[in-house]
Amino acid sequence: MTEKNIAYLRTSEAPTLPPPASEVGIRGWLWKNIFASMADYSSVSKTINSILMTILTVGSALFLYWIIAGLLDFTLFSATFSDPEGVKREACVVNAGACWPYVQAKWYQFMYGFYPAEEVWRVNVAMFLLAVGIAWLVFPMPRRGLVAALMLTAFPIVSFVLLNGMPIEHDGDLGKVFAGVWFPLIVAGVVGAGWFLARDGRLGEVAAAVAPILLMAAALFGLFAFLPLITAALDIALGTEVVETNQWGGLTITLVVAIAGIVASLPLGMLLALGRQSNAPILKYTSVIFIEVVRGIPLISVLFFASAMLPYFLEPGVDFNKLLRAMIGVMLFSAAYMAEVIRGGLQAMPKGQYEGGMSLGLSYWQQMRLIIMPQALTTVIPGIVNTFIGLFKDTTLVLIISIFDLLGMMNATLTDPTWATPTTAYTGYLVIALIYFVFCFGMSRYSVYMENKLHRGHR
Amino acid sequence: MSEQVQENAPRGGMTVSDQVAIEINGMNKWYGQFHVLRDIDLTVYEGERIVICGPSGSGKSTLIRCINALEEHQQGSIVVDGTRLTSDLKNIDKIRSEVGMCFQHFNLFPHLTILENCTLAPIWVRKIPKKEAIETAMHYLEKVKIPDQANKYPGQLSGGQQQRVAIARSLCMRPRIMLFDEPTSALDPEMIKEVLDTMIELAEEGMTMLCVTHEMGFARQVANRVIFMADGQIVEQNEPEEFFNNPQSDRTQQFLSQILGH
Ligand SMILES: Nc1ncnc2c1ncn2[C@@H]1O[C@H](COP(=O)(O)OP(=O)(O)OP(=O)(O)O)[C@@H](O)[C@H]1O
Ligand SMILES: [Mg+2]
Repeated sequence: MTEKNIAYLRTSEAPTLPPPASEVGIRGWLWKNIFASMADYSSVSKTINSILMTILTVGSALFLYWIIAGLLDFTLFSATFSDPEGVKREACVVNAGACWPYVQAKWYQFMYGFYPAEEVWRVNVAMFLLAVGIAWLVFPMPRRGLVAALMLTAFPIVSFVLLNGMPIEHDGDLGKVFAGVWFPLIVAGVVGAGWFLARDGRLGEVAAAVAPILLMAAALFGLFAFLPLITAALDIALGTEVVETNQWGGLTITLVVAIAGIVASLPLGMLLALGRQSNAPILKYTSVIFIEVVRGIPLISVLFFASAMLPYFLEPGVDFNKLLRAMIGVMLFSAAYMAEVIRGGLQAMPKGQYEGGMSLGLSYWQQMRLIIMPQALTTVIPGIVNTFIGLFKDTTLVLIISIFDLLGMMNATLTDPTWATPTTAYTGYLVIALIYFVFCFGMSRYSVYMENKLHRGHR
Repeated sequence: MSEQVQENAPRGGMTVSDQVAIEINGMNKWYGQFHVLRDIDLTVYEGERIVICGPSGSGKSTLIRCINALEEHQQGSIVVDGTRLTSDLKNIDKIRSEVGMCFQHFNLFPHLTILENCTLAPIWVRKIPKKEAIETAMHYLEKVKIPDQANKYPGQLSGGQQQRVAIARSLCMRPRIMLFDEPTSALDPEMIKEVLDTMIELAEEGMTMLCVTHEMGFARQVANRVIFMADGQIVEQNEPEEFFNNPQSDRTQQFLSQILGH
């Protein structure tokens, strides 16, 4: 093409015109997004389309109105907000809406169950540590690796001691205190040395790869090792006493069980997923059988089995903490589900990534840890968070073995006749639903944020 | 063999020593029932630059992948740098860290920056301190002329740049032998030259190279031997001038007439 062929050539820049009215302002927006699809009657099919859209739009709007109006009425307009005379049910029964004084009165139980009030600061401290730790890991803060390690090792120990308490005998058993001092020091030394060696790759690959697992094992081990030391300190300083796990309840239990499941499921799930993909037959079939068996059984039946049947198999007198049983059940369950999610991510990895790693001389564990897992986990973040959310809600099933989690606790408070009104239960369920929603929605939002952050830049 | 190398030795100032880098003897490989490589005998001397060509499916990729044990062979022997390739993992890891490889599709790690791609293996395999690994990486990134991209991710680079990063990544391990499997065939024409230039530079420094490619200009310029493969066998090998001007077998003539266009 030469210039001669061009019939018209604009020599100055076109003037910028204001956008048409239909594109701007609230009216423009409303028209474009809501009404335009209902206003096209130019042909038969478009007319049908428009009518259908009208019906759907009006229907949805009515539905939304109905829900919102009902909720507002229940929670605000017809609700009882205070009970100044302390007459409990009489204050609420006169109104048709929510009974907020009931929530206020039972809030403690929703949160802590039957945890003794004078010891409840221990739960609060543990929750505070948890909140700080999570916030530290969620927001871009310095030294997150260290904090993550602490949250996986020290935090479980500290929070267990805080929640459970474990005073030393006061009849002068100094030997125990000394054991409590030396044993942890030795464990700490071993773990520290292992961590140092593994980090620099000086222990060889397998050790480096299993370092996180070693750390978790060490945490469990340390749980017992450090207990006397920490409890001794706490005991001397504050005079803590044991709060049996059957007194725990409410949100505390929900969080304890859910966090144990969430924290255990990722590493266990990774190992199971790798095991399932492995060429070593025994490893492979152990993983396959574990995953399939666990996925084939409802959680509720495992919990029930643990609670009702286990005592038949154990020797009389051997008591295996009920909460611990529930936690182990939940951990194994979430691990099996997580394994399948992660396996999906592993299968999405192109063969070239393995070959790129191999050709550089990276060992199997190095490839997994440095190349394959980071990418596989990133691709399945939605699935992982989905599993977490499911797990968080499934913890309510511990109710079946009469552990009173958030929902169970709320149910229990309904039996209190002093608060028996027609709307008490609805109020309680609404509050519980809201609490679950806040946690689950938070996790979901965080996963979106992580996805955006991790997908930025590559691909 | 050694006489042949003597003939080929003085080429463009690039010297070939009489040290054996790779020795393959009577090597056979099967994929299930399918006999991919048949009776391969090949000796590569240090500093040699070998171009392997042949029709699709003739086993070129399989051959060079056997050399760094990405594929295992079932019969015969492969000795790389004095280490015999067996199923012993120790030997395999050792050979892989001595032999660099560049792939058709680069196989960079998309979740790591260019610099991290280049320092990963030196740090984890060679146990080099991080600072030193970064210096080495920057040195090689400068050599392939993309030091300014060091903190980008592979997905943000053009194909030619990615392939040069892949070359730099291999070089950071300071390999004694480099394998290339069609390094330019996934690239747009205007990017092929920048990658070939990098490879030519590498050849001029005396790197031992085995390169599967159909870039015949590259073969003429730097190779001191061209190997023609068909149906899993080495049909013909010769120095480039002889190979292109005076091909011996019918298969070679046929192949060359197709690839050179007339
Ligand atoms: N993993 C595999 N399993 C079975 N057969 C395979 C496998 N990889 C390659 N082959 C077969 O082996 C033969 C040689 O493959 P190879 O990739 O080495 O060929 P090539 O010469 O590199 O071809 P191209 O020029 O197309 O890359 C082909 O017929 C191919 O179908
Ligand atoms: Mg090929």
